Amino acid sequence: MKLKTAMLLTTATVLAAPGSMAQEMADSMTLVSWGGAYQASQIAAYSDPYQEMNPDVEIVWDESSAEAVARLRAMDEAGNLTWDLVDVVAADAIRLCDEGLAMEVDHDEILAPAPDGTPASEDFGDLIVSDCFIPQIVYSTTFGYRTDVAEWNGAEPSSVCDVFDTETFPGQRSLERRPIGNLEWALICDGVAYEDVYDMLETEEGVDRAFAMLDTIKDQTIWWTAGADTPQLLADGEVVIGSTYNGRLFSLIEEQDQPVAMLWDWQMFDLDGWIIPTGLPEDRLNRVLDFVNFATDTQRLADQAAYISYGPARDSSAPLVGQHAELGIDMAPHMPTDPANSVNTFVFNYEWWADYRDDLDARFQAWLAQ
Amino acid sequence: MAALPPYASPVQRAWYYGFRILCGLIFFFLIAPIIVVIPLSFNAEDFFTFTPGMLALDPDAYGTSHYRDFFTNPAWQQALGNSVRIAPMATLLAVSLGTLAAVGLSQSHVPFKGAIMAILISPMIVPLIISAAGMYFFYSRIGLQGTYWGVVMAHTALGIPFVIITVTATLVGFDRSLTRASASLGAGPIRTFFKVQMPLILPGVISGALFAFITSFDEVVVVLFVGSAGQKTLPWQMFIGLREQISPTILAVATVLVAISILLLTTVEFLRRRSERLRGMSPG
Amino acid sequence: MTDATAEPTHRPSPREQKEMAEQDGPMLAADGTPLKRSLNRALRAQKLRALMLIAPLLIFILVTFVAPIADMLFRSVENQIVSETVPRTIVALDETWSDHDAVPGEAVFAAMAYDLKEAAERREHTRLGSRLNYETTGISSLFRRSGRGVDDVGEIYADQFIELDEAWEEPATWTALMADPEWIADAEGTEDEDIPRFRLADGIADILPETASAYAGFARVIIDQDGDNPLEEEPWNTIYLALYRDLSAGADVSAYDGPQARRLSAAAEAVPGFESEPVSVMFEDIDEDWLDPQVWGTIDAFSSRYTAGYYLAAIDMQLTPEGIEPQPEEQRIYLLLFKRTLFMSGVIMGMCVLLGYPVAFLLANLPLRTSNLLMILVLLPFWTSLLVRTSAWKVLLQQEGVINDTLVWIGLVADNDRLQLINNQLGTIIAMTHILLPFMILPLYSVMQTIPPSYVRAAKSLGANDWTAFWRVYFPQSVPGIGAGCILVFILSIGYYITPELVGGRTGTFISNRIAFHISESLNWGLAAALGAILLGAVLILYWAYDRIVGIDNVKLG
Repeated sequence: MKLKTAMLLTTATVLAAPGSMAQEMADSMTLVSWGGAYQASQIAAYSDPYQEMNPDVEIVWDESSAEAVARLRAMDEAGNLTWDLVDVVAADAIRLCDEGLAMEVDHDEILAPAPDGTPASEDFGDLIVSDCFIPQIVYSTTFGYRTDVAEWNGAEPSSVCDVFDTETFPGQRSLERRPIGNLEWALICDGVAYEDVYDMLETEEGVDRAFAMLDTIKDQTIWWTAGADTPQLLADGEVVIGSTYNGRLFSLIEEQDQPVAMLWDWQMFDLDGWIIPTGLPEDRLNRVLDFVNFATDTQRLADQAAYISYGPARDSSAPLVGQHAELGIDMAPHMPTDPANSVNTFVFNYEWWADYRDDLDARFQAWLAQ
Repeated sequence: MAALPPYASPVQRAWYYGFRILCGLIFFFLIAPIIVVIPLSFNAEDFFTFTPGMLALDPDAYGTSHYRDFFTNPAWQQALGNSVRIAPMATLLAVSLGTLAAVGLSQSHVPFKGAIMAILISPMIVPLIISAAGMYFFYSRIGLQGTYWGVVMAHTALGIPFVIITVTATLVGFDRSLTRASASLGAGPIRTFFKVQMPLILPGVISGALFAFITSFDEVVVVLFVGSAGQKTLPWQMFIGLREQISPTILAVATVLVAISILLLTTVEFLRRRSERLRGMSPG
Repeated sequence: MTDATAEPTHRPSPREQKEMAEQDGPMLAADGTPLKRSLNRALRAQKLRALMLIAPLLIFILVTFVAPIADMLFRSVENQIVSETVPRTIVALDETWSDHDAVPGEAVFAAMAYDLKEAAERREHTRLGSRLNYETTGISSLFRRSGRGVDDVGEIYADQFIELDEAWEEPATWTALMADPEWIADAEGTEDEDIPRFRLADGIADILPETASAYAGFARVIIDQDGDNPLEEEPWNTIYLALYRDLSAGADVSAYDGPQARRLSAAAEAVPGFESEPVSVMFEDIDEDWLDPQVWGTIDAFSSRYTAGYYLAAIDMQLTPEGIEPQPEEQRIYLLLFKRTLFMSGVIMGMCVLLGYPVAFLLANLPLRTSNLLMILVLLPFWTSLLVRTSAWKVLLQQEGVINDTLVWIGLVADNDRLQLINNQLGTIIAMTHILLPFMILPLYSVMQTIPPSYVRAAKSLGANDWTAFWRVYFPQSVPGIGAGCILVFILSIGYYITPELVGGRTGTFISNRIAFHISESLNWGLAAALGAILLGAVLILYWAYDRIVGIDNVKLG
């Protein structure tokens, strides 16, 4: 029934005359995101233009997306919802939707259609992985390496398996301190075919193989927990190759001009987008719907790509992706979805990880601690 | 120990100087990390280490850009503002409740004194992560999680042991006959408290207040759990900085905090000595 | 000398005293009340006043601090989620499932169908799935998939009932049969938000027990969850399943003469001719894991409202349907972490004694002016923000950091072979020793200050050399200070979170870091609470020891 109010919204009236709307809208809003360069790109592409049109609206940013599920559960227990719109990865969106903590939305009703009139649900296509999820970007977790390592004698890594090759590419690595992603890469490099990876991981033998592969680099690896760790470690020369989000690497390479290059082989695809928490009061919900409608239209998603190298989730945004806001370089070749970059891509299996996460995590942490 | 006697043997001399050098090294260990932060915060570049220019004492290698960042960046300013709003309120609450209770505890006949004392001191002893987890769940249930008052109450609880300890310490040396004299001269208990007792225990109260203040001003674990974006304090912002974008602005903030610590420390030391002198407990 | 020995003869014996009291009557206070009572009253008033002064703070601490911790401890045993989400299944398992190696009977599957449908509508089934997934892998997705699939359970009977008589599709038929007539009157024409609590018709639960239970659950969900009116909602397929099961079990419909009696007996007559399918097969269609006895064993083992399961997990054990067993070897981590926390805290404590003792000794034996000056060097780190000190160590210890740079510059270390000083146990130990050192020096110093220098001088004048004088005379007197400092440092150390998180890397983290992980990432709050409770227990024992040895009121700050 919350959707009834949403139905009243039409893009034109919202954008043209926010003040004259019949319905009440809250004049402040708490948006939750990831901090860092990603949040900065959202501020530049979405919230700054929005505030220009709605000068009375106060927008508070909270960098708590990493703890979003825990926080929303706690808020739900307390019945005290302080967030209005939350940026989460797809896996968290599915979980929040399952638990009823995120609101189910009708994408065609609340989101703007593409400029040519294609309904939002078609424009986003398969990326709408849950009824609650409003996709924004496609990103990937992939590797960056230093280009000035003397011990490599001019060789450059070309495959993800070079991460495991300490003979040709000696030096410290950095990998994320969780099993997700690392186990898949380990199996791929142990000769398992892409299609068989998750089946293999269900067996004791497969998990053993993955850990045995990781064992080969365990002592030469720094295990990161925050997305900024690897760029920092690469810049400081603490590691020679490490995984992180592709956007972080882009800013390290292009914006900070560090001697680092991208390795796109078997990049791990993932999605990120908004969810609206269940149970917002009417005026706050109206404000959020107004904002979401604006922030996810074709132009805004394309604009975001001018600040960070994540692919816009709408098909119709792709042709509009232009140049970097400050550097003036073309952004398209830096997108994870660019054909040259996506020769080998790994599509992350949310459902599978939802089941095996606890077990494998316990095992992974035990393995790390030993 | 005070001085080496002229008749000391070479072995004794070696011991004497060796020991002093050892102590000097330990003092260096204690103080060096704090000192090292200060010049690095004036680094003109975005590095965490001494650049060749800095080592050559080139003035161009030094700059105040990180301080400018701290004083102009809205995120840091908001964090500073939150800290300045939260810490004094938590201090005020901790001091008023704590002093009252300390006066009560110092009376001669208090039932269950040991148990009460143990409970009041426990916030200092219980691991912060446990306090934080408990408060996170409980404050969520009662709607305090993510609110200003939630953080203030959590920080008050953490600051109270310090107030209790410092104030009871000053009350130990308090001469009871003074309150009796005041009472016999016709002053009520409240007037006695403010006119006779308070001035004498004031140093203890103030140093307790400073401890409570620094506890709240420095605290990061509990606020990470109990607070939300609206209550992001300076330590929280620093913690994000250390985990996320490691920028030398953190070192500038650190230097400012060290300056504040020195200020507070001097005040506490001054008060402690004054109080001991007043009560005739210190020979110095 | 005591009074007793000084004036033994003047002291009246107890018997004499008693006699005197009997002769003179009780001693009176100025206002004429007996002195004893008057004194008692004064004492009571004094006690009351003291308590009144303490009460506000005590209440404050109890509410803001003690209650949260108690609440957290409660979470470590709480397990209501199972019995609240699938109550009928728990009862059915309890009553009918005896051979735990076999799949349970139809009654259990039917109960699960009713429970699961309700839970799915309330969106509670995935939360239960995650809860049980802590115990048996795969249950999480089993519940998620089944939440969608359960919509079809019972469809076969719904179709046949409706084919028999279209009225079975009408919401009104069902409410007339199941609901209390007064409730229907109340609910009719009411706004959706104001529908009263659902009440079953008298006696219907005796005739159609499963249907009544399933329908009541349906009505509650429709009212509370969806904010709609059961008078206008078609029942779920699972309710037709319940009706089929009741009727085919030989429900005594002839005794029923309420509304829809005719329709009900017609249905009862037709039911034996219905095409039927076992509920277990319907569940097998959703997911064949439902035929795995282990799934049911897990539900059964965790059906009680309180569980020790989290505590078992916290010590690397698990509760299986067969009993308590150790976790598989490669998943054991908590005992290792506890041991490591204790070990590293011990090392840090030892380092603090080694570094703190000489400094405290020096401070206690220097002239007061000098020692006060040097004391500032100890107190400044104590007063400096924890994060400042931790970030300072990060700056110093990195591979490209100040220490490594200096060592390379001196030539002790090759440029391409820099020392790994951070992101391991060494980093944690160095940084935490620095942070906790003042907590060792201060108690040591305050104890050493009270040791009279004349003792050592006396020892020396009696012929002891410097070492003997120190070791046999001075050191034993400083042991209480070592004890106090050690316990304090150890208590603070085992609960540390921030510093290990930032400099600990893979091997230098503590149990606290794992607790934080379970709170904000894995969301296994029960396990976090259990780990916290164990840690808290350890700290409280140390706290008690500290109180016995030093006394909490003797803690000194600065």
